Amino acid sequence: MPDERDTEAAAKQSAAARAQAGRVSAGDMRAVARLISGLEDGDPAAVLALRALGGGGTSHVIGITGPPGSGKSTLTDKLIGVLRSRGARVGVLAVDPSSPFTGGAILGDRLRMQHHATDEGVFIRSLASRGALGGLSRATSASIRVLDAAGYDWIIIETVGVGQSEVDIVRIADTVVLVSVPGLGDDIQVIKAGIMEIGDIFVVNKADRDGADRVVRELRGMLETAAALAWSRSGGGVNGLVEAGHHGVSSLAGAVTGPGAAGLAALALDETGHPVLPPILKTVAESGEGCSELVDAIIAHRERILASGELEARRVEGARAQMRSLMAFRLVDALEGSAGAALEDELARAVVARVCDAYEAADRLFAAIMKGGLS
Amino acid sequence: MEKKIRVLVAKPGLDGHDRGAKVIARALRDDGMEVIYTGLRQTPEQIVQAAIQEDADVIALSILSGAHNHLFPRVTELLAAKGVDDILVIGGGVIPEDDYDFLKSKGVAAVFGPGTPTKSTIEFIRTNLKRS
Repeated sequence: MPDERDTEAAAKQSAAARAQAGRVSAGDMRAVARLISGLEDGDPAAVLALRALGGGGTSHVIGITGPPGSGKSTLTDKLIGVLRSRGARVGVLAVDPSSPFTGGAILGDRLRMQHHATDEGVFIRSLASRGALGGLSRATSASIRVLDAAGYDWIIIETVGVGQSEVDIVRIADTVVLVSVPGLGDDIQVIKAGIMEIGDIFVVNKADRDGADRVVRELRGMLETAAALAWSRSGGGVNGLVEAGHHGVSSLAGAVTGPGAAGLAALALDETGHPVLPPILKTVAESGEGCSELVDAIIAHRERILASGELEARRVEGARAQMRSLMAFRLVDALEGSAGAALEDELARAVVARVCDAYEAADRLFAAIMKGGLS
Repeated sequence: MEKKIRVLVAKPGLDGHDRGAKVIARALRDDGMEVIYTGLRQTPEQIVQAAIQEDADVIALSILSGAHNHLFPRVTELLAAKGVDDILVIGGGVIPEDDYDFLKSKGVAAVFGPGTPTKSTIEFIRTNLKRS
């Protein structure tokens, strides 16, 4: 039976959580910053405050992803500038990797955005990945919720510099901007599975360099092939593919009607029923060239998925993914205690000594966690 | 989960020498801290605003231009004006020892000159954090 002091403490905690949530909703930067830290550190008080946040749901989340050195931070800096010039409030979460050895990190994305630091309409926060492998950090989703509640119209998530398979951004961003640069590889790179599949908008940055047009052509070829294959799977002929021309937007010949349309579920349709391929834009982030057009493309994407219901569907998928990853982290966290660490160590040695295999060891760890014997 | 120590490393003023700042950033990283590196030529206003948004536990200022007696106190004044009293402010760079006491009187908790072992800086941070 809970005694009176417990009840009193709980009431105090929830009052504190409501107070913190209130300051966040009022846009108090220190409260926003502190709450994000609490969520990063897994502080139970922060989770309570997150729960107490009201409103929100109106921000649009832009994900910026691409390889290291492709210009994501500089591009983000320029997007902040364009969005601010149009009167919007902008929140930024920029993720950089943590050391797998010491847990430390150098968070350097902010360096390119620092001249927005004193703008009250901009909030920039650097996050360390802290062991997450998908290009984000474990508190990124929750931090989006905080910035959303604090009234930022646009939330830009800059992932760590990615390779081929860090695709978590697609689960939390409403619009994914995939940044490429000239000189990274041949056309086989762009048809590999993984990162190249998740772009809603493709950007070829550093477009003043040699080879930019080739990257655009390869991306266009990749997107058209994807569309043609989807069309073919749905019962249409591959020969129906035509180039519609401008601005990297292509379309397939013939309206998509009847049962075949289901096979094109991954592609959006325009008002005449033609599949719309993701736009490919050239930018020079350093000078700002193409950045206003990129914002236009992001807004167009938002309007389209809002009208079609895709935004809602994506957010449901995102919530599902967040729940799964919180569950996975909970399992891993259960091993951080001394009892968990001891059992884990014992089993790891048993695996090396061939006393048991890793599958059996995982079964035993899982069983111990579920029994609650490790806390 | 353990609370991470977050340190904002910034270079106020106009000199372009950031080797020292990068060395200390790297040393803090290797000690398991999260270092937000903001780069060269930062105004005190930018530094303070960034420290608030980043929820930094520590602001580490590096300067070689000689303007420390003006710029370091400006940072602590701005923090005070915003009601922030739980961020540890430390400094480093080429600063005459004669100025250390003045800077300390202005709220700079410690000044680390050239040749300071990085271990000393790390220990100072870990024992003098203003919040747990």
